[in-house]
Amino acid sequence: MSEPLKSRKRLSSLIYSEKARGVFAQILVTGGIAFIAWYLISNTFENLANQGIATGYSFLSLESSFGISEHMIEFTPADSYGRALMVGFLNTMKVSFLGIIFATLIGFVVGVSRMSKNWILSRIAAVYINLFRNIPVLLQLIFWYTLINNALPSPKRALEVLPDVFFSNRGVLFPVPADHPAYFWMGVVFVIALVGVWLLRRWALAHRDRTGQTFPYAWAGLALVVVSVFITYLVCGAPTEMSTPVLKGFNFKGGAKLSPEFLSLLIGLTLYTSTYIADIVRSGLLSVPKGQEEASTDLGLKPSQTLMHVVLPQASRVMIPPLTSQYLNLTKNSSLAVAVGYPDLVSLSNTTMNQTGQAIEAISIFMAVYLGISLVISLFMNWYNKKMALVER
Amino acid sequence: MKSLKLIVGGTIAATAALSTFAMAGETVDSIKAKGYVQCGANTALAGFSAPTSEGKWEGLDIDLCHAVAAAILGDASKARFTPLTAAQRFTALQSKEVDLLARNTTWTLSRDTKVGLNFAGVNYYDGQGFMVAKASGITSATELDGATVCIEPGTTTELNLADYFRAQGMSFEPVVIENAVEAVQTFFSGRCDVYTTDASGLASYRQTAPNPDDFIVLPEIISKEPLGPAVRHGDEEFADIVRWTHIAMLEAEEKGITSANVDTFKKDSKDPGIQRLLGTTGDMGKALGVSDDWAYNVIKQVGNYGESFDRNVKAKLGLERGLNALWTNGGLMYPAPIR
Repeated sequence: MSEPLKSRKRLSSLIYSEKARGVFAQILVTGGIAFIAWYLISNTFENLANQGIATGYSFLSLESSFGISEHMIEFTPADSYGRALMVGFLNTMKVSFLGIIFATLIGFVVGVSRMSKNWILSRIAAVYINLFRNIPVLLQLIFWYTLINNALPSPKRALEVLPDVFFSNRGVLFPVPADHPAYFWMGVVFVIALVGVWLLRRWALAHRDRTGQTFPYAWAGLALVVVSVFITYLVCGAPTEMSTPVLKGFNFKGGAKLSPEFLSLLIGLTLYTSTYIADIVRSGLLSVPKGQEEASTDLGLKPSQTLMHVVLPQASRVMIPPLTSQYLNLTKNSSLAVAVGYPDLVSLSNTTMNQTGQAIEAISIFMAVYLGISLVISLFMNWYNKKMALVER
Repeated sequence: MKSLKLIVGGTIAATAALSTFAMAGETVDSIKAKGYVQCGANTALAGFSAPTSEGKWEGLDIDLCHAVAAAILGDASKARFTPLTAAQRFTALQSKEVDLLARNTTWTLSRDTKVGLNFAGVNYYDGQGFMVAKASGITSATELDGATVCIEPGTTTELNLADYFRAQGMSFEPVVIENAVEAVQTFFSGRCDVYTTDASGLASYRQTAPNPDDFIVLPEIISKEPLGPAVRHGDEEFADIVRWTHIAMLEAEEKGITSANVDTFKKDSKDPGIQRLLGTTGDMGKALGVSDDWAYNVIKQVGNYGESFDRNVKAKLGLERGLNALWTNGGLMYPAPIR
């Protein structure tokens, strides 16, 4: 008699148990979501099949037959859609990477200027922030693009601002060293030297902890890099040949070029994002109690040491999370490239989905790529954040 | 327990909502139910599809959409327009945002198959050309090696351009801007040496230049561009109506029936072909699933093809009929028999 009673009791206790109900609800929710997802996906494929729209990713290997103006890897219309998307991805990375660097530099300068005791400097920074922050970024891109195209002359009447540096509505052209194996080896040596600097820094810090003596590792490291790269250059035959832009037919040939599309996108994204970064820098600096600065000054640290070793490390705890989100924003905003004709990932995905009709596949690719980029940026910033975080005891 | 009920109820409600969405009826039924035809139009292409300063849409493609509304609903004014760029158009049609693409779209094999479109005919025979600044001194497309070319993405133009330059052994640098108006302005500002699109489009865009006489269209036509209305694959009933609406407009022109004299023809004509067209005899409308006076409504309210061509393409762009003349005048417009 006691056995069934016990099991019934156990069963009823399940209904009243908070934990069991929680598990049950979660199973239901997960099941519901899975069902909706399955329903949507199967419906989509059924509808696509009914409309006779091709599905699958095999189109990636087909010949693209369209041209792309800017490519960091070789590209001709005979190359595949997959390669075209790769070109777009690299272009997105190029403009985002440079945009993040410039926006951070400008943001720091403007943010610190905003805090300056110099009234004029602080006002200029405030005007800059309010101006570029409050105009929608898309308008800014179109503004810069129109300005570059209309203000600069045609290639035949290009402005030669420096010898062999031309400004025209085809972009900014400048000479670069002509191809030579020396540059490859200089790059290799540069990377090796960077590792050397890192080891040097580790040794210097350990040495300081042991003996209390500081070693100027930053200067020594810089010297190491410059000297080793320069020696490589000499050893490889010191090439001096340059590739200079020369007007030939319609356009300049040779040299390197920054196109109006790239420039307007980079300028627009950089200025817009830098205003947010400036405010983040300002709030970060404000968050450090004044006593910290006073105390370190009283200890006899120089203002630069105070900034580098006392104020910035504490401010960065406040700054890193919002900075991460600005870096992500800049990268995502780079997809506005379509408006000014810069061939980024979205622009080339659009073209691809239009020529092949495979919208879902093309969108799934660029969504996955943007998600990937976002995850990498936030992982890196989280790691950095953890490294910088104050270790509390 | 309350949250549980909510979740279960929500799931059921969402599923129900999704099912109704997925089972939405055929295009014609939905047009009759909502009371208007939703057309995808070009954003701004004078002569074919462009809004006037009062915001009214006008053009050859716009007329076709009005004609479809007249055929199905008996009222040409029951047409609404969604301006679409070249890159947006197919997705808009596939996702049922629009019923019909009346937007100078080139009929190609891959669009007819892989992209899931059905072309309901050709309402303008065109070919791709080039426009350059007069000051450049260029007189032929063969002189374009190394040129920078402004284009709209997602078009056959983009592909033909690459094909043509490859075939000629020339190189080019594309500047691809999604909005056609922006793209053509970029060309006018001097960013590109060449603007390329269909010849009719060049004529249309040239008029928007600050000074149209500064630009010329080169003589070479590098492709065939049969432009026509497109519908979703898998809805034959609607495709038939669009196809035969276009044919009815051609047939009316061939028979000399215009919006002004259609009533006289309807009353007096002894020609059995005209009687069938105007619905006084036969059941052509019923066969299409519309009323028997469908073609009468189209002709009365919109006009025949020639009328539409003259008031849009000829009046606005100054283009002659050319290939788009009736077959009886040496053109390619050949209406299939309505019987």
